[in-house]
Amino acid sequence: MTAYPSLQRAATAVVLPSVRLRGVQKDFGHVRAVRGIDLTVDPGEVVAFLGPNGAGKTTTIDMMLGLSRPSSGTVEIYGLAPVEAVARGLIAAVMQTGGLLREITVAETVRMIATLFANPRPVDEVLSRAGIADIARRRVGKCSGGQQQRLRFALALLPDPELLILDEPTTGMDVEGRREFWSAIREDAQLGRTVLFATHYLEEADAYADRIVLISHGRIVADGTAAEVKALTAGRTVRATLAGANAPSLNSLPGADSIEVRGDTVLVHASDSDAVARYLLDQTPAHDLEITARNLEDAFIALTSGTDEPDDRFEGDGTTASTVTASATVPEGSSR
Amino acid sequence: MTNTTVPVRRVPPFGGFNLTFLLLEIRRLLRNRRTVIFTLVLPVVFFLLFGTNSSYANEPAGYGNVEAFIMISMAVYGAMLGTTATGAMVSVERAQGWSRQLRLTPLKPVTYIVIKVLTATLVGLASIAAVYLVGSIAGSHMPASVWVETVLIAWVGSLPFAAFGLFMGYLLPSENVMQILGPVLALLAFLGGLFIPLDQLGETFRTIAKFTPMYGLNELVHAPLIHQGLTWAAVLNLIVWTTVFVTGAAWRFRRDTARV
Repeated sequence: MTAYPSLQRAATAVVLPSVRLRGVQKDFGHVRAVRGIDLTVDPGEVVAFLGPNGAGKTTTIDMMLGLSRPSSGTVEIYGLAPVEAVARGLIAAVMQTGGLLREITVAETVRMIATLFANPRPVDEVLSRAGIADIARRRVGKCSGGQQQRLRFALALLPDPELLILDEPTTGMDVEGRREFWSAIREDAQLGRTVLFATHYLEEADAYADRIVLISHGRIVADGTAAEVKALTAGRTVRATLAGANAPSLNSLPGADSIEVRGDTVLVHASDSDAVARYLLDQTPAHDLEITARNLEDAFIALTSGTDEPDDRFEGDGTTASTVTASATVPEGSSR
Repeated sequence: MTNTTVPVRRVPPFGGFNLTFLLLEIRRLLRNRRTVIFTLVLPVVFFLLFGTNSSYANEPAGYGNVEAFIMISMAVYGAMLGTTATGAMVSVERAQGWSRQLRLTPLKPVTYIVIKVLTATLVGLASIAAVYLVGSIAGSHMPASVWVETVLIAWVGSLPFAAFGLFMGYLLPSENVMQILGPVLALLAFLGGLFIPLDQLGETFRTIAKFTPMYGLNELVHAPLIHQGLTWAAVLNLIVWTTVFVTGAAWRFRRDTARV
């Protein structure tokens, strides 16, 4: 989907994005948690919100769910205000923690919430789809973290939402629980549901999302496919102590992508770190050499520190993502 | 589910209110042993301890006997405990994040409060019924009309305490809010004259008592039995405290649901 329907089509069938955020900002006191996010998610997409803790993921999600209101900008879910979308069961969410009463059973929890929706799916159906039919009579307080999370998933399935939001859904789960949870979600997404999930694990985003939106310091810093985002973390950093180092003299460094000199310290970002290390140790008096893999955190730092130069920013290719990336860069350039 | 158009979705009627949810709410409350003891057992035990002995059964009080007088006091006490406990459930629900979960459903915050208040009315009535049932067996007597009138006054009059419970439930983040409110209610019941007739207290205490929240209801609920007319001090007391509790609950409720 590249554009919104023509006027003629709009009169009969309206194609609305699942999520549309425009210039969304959120302040808590003097802290600006979200600094201007523009994002469009189209129906059928599985999108990962990837970012370190405190990047503004949960704050943004809370605004999509109508749990909080943006300080400025607009949030639309299928063209509606979030609270309206929630009331119609268009959007549902699996929150990170809490939200369950410990003293009632799994089935009672689902039955209670089911009574609140206009056309809920049958209780047995959502229990089995979430993989907790066997523990329906267990008290919530006696369920493991993973089981409670699947109960939250069952609750989110009740309205048969068009859009499912998951906020760091596997926090605190063991590997097995995490795997089982994601296989339930994936099965569900194959039926065509739009899914947006927040995570700080690149592997999770890579394995389950079609599109990754990188968030850092309350801004979208990259938006593209998993492969594109992973490319950001390729390569290694070679760090060495080299007295009197200066950038021009290191220009001949083989295999280096970028070189940074901080006093007597040289930082080389390289796709071939072996060649860089060999050169530094053989041809220069460099010592105390360290090689570290470039992780997502570094990618975030690189992307965020380059906000003044749009060229530094990662650009998605073709498809939906690139249009979103383009729109996402607009408010950043004009941000205060 | 379709990728091109959004199907027409209904919003449930009555802001999400439905009887099944109400029944499940009540069942939840009854499963809480502490609530059951507070509202159904304790008032009956107090009545049996303080209200039933041969002298009280034979001693007249207005149109009935002293035992009936004490039965009414304990029924009111129980109803207030029950309505307060029901309202105070919001503190547990907020602490466990249930309120947040409910905000991801079509349930309107105001409907949620209506459900809480309806639950409170039923718990209050159950508490009154328990004491009156034991009283009728244990020898309380008064005219049939007084039984009916006092039930109605105790029932309706204890409802402001649901607002009190809500107010405190929003105010106190504790999961054990009733452990704080239990002793507070006992003290208020004492000052309101539910445990000891106020004329047995000193002048100072009697004056203070008139300004405490249970005084008004205590006076009004006994009026049909002791054929005493309405005292304006009692009516005013009930109105003022009801206003305070409802305003307080509404204030905290708005703060809680404000989309910040």
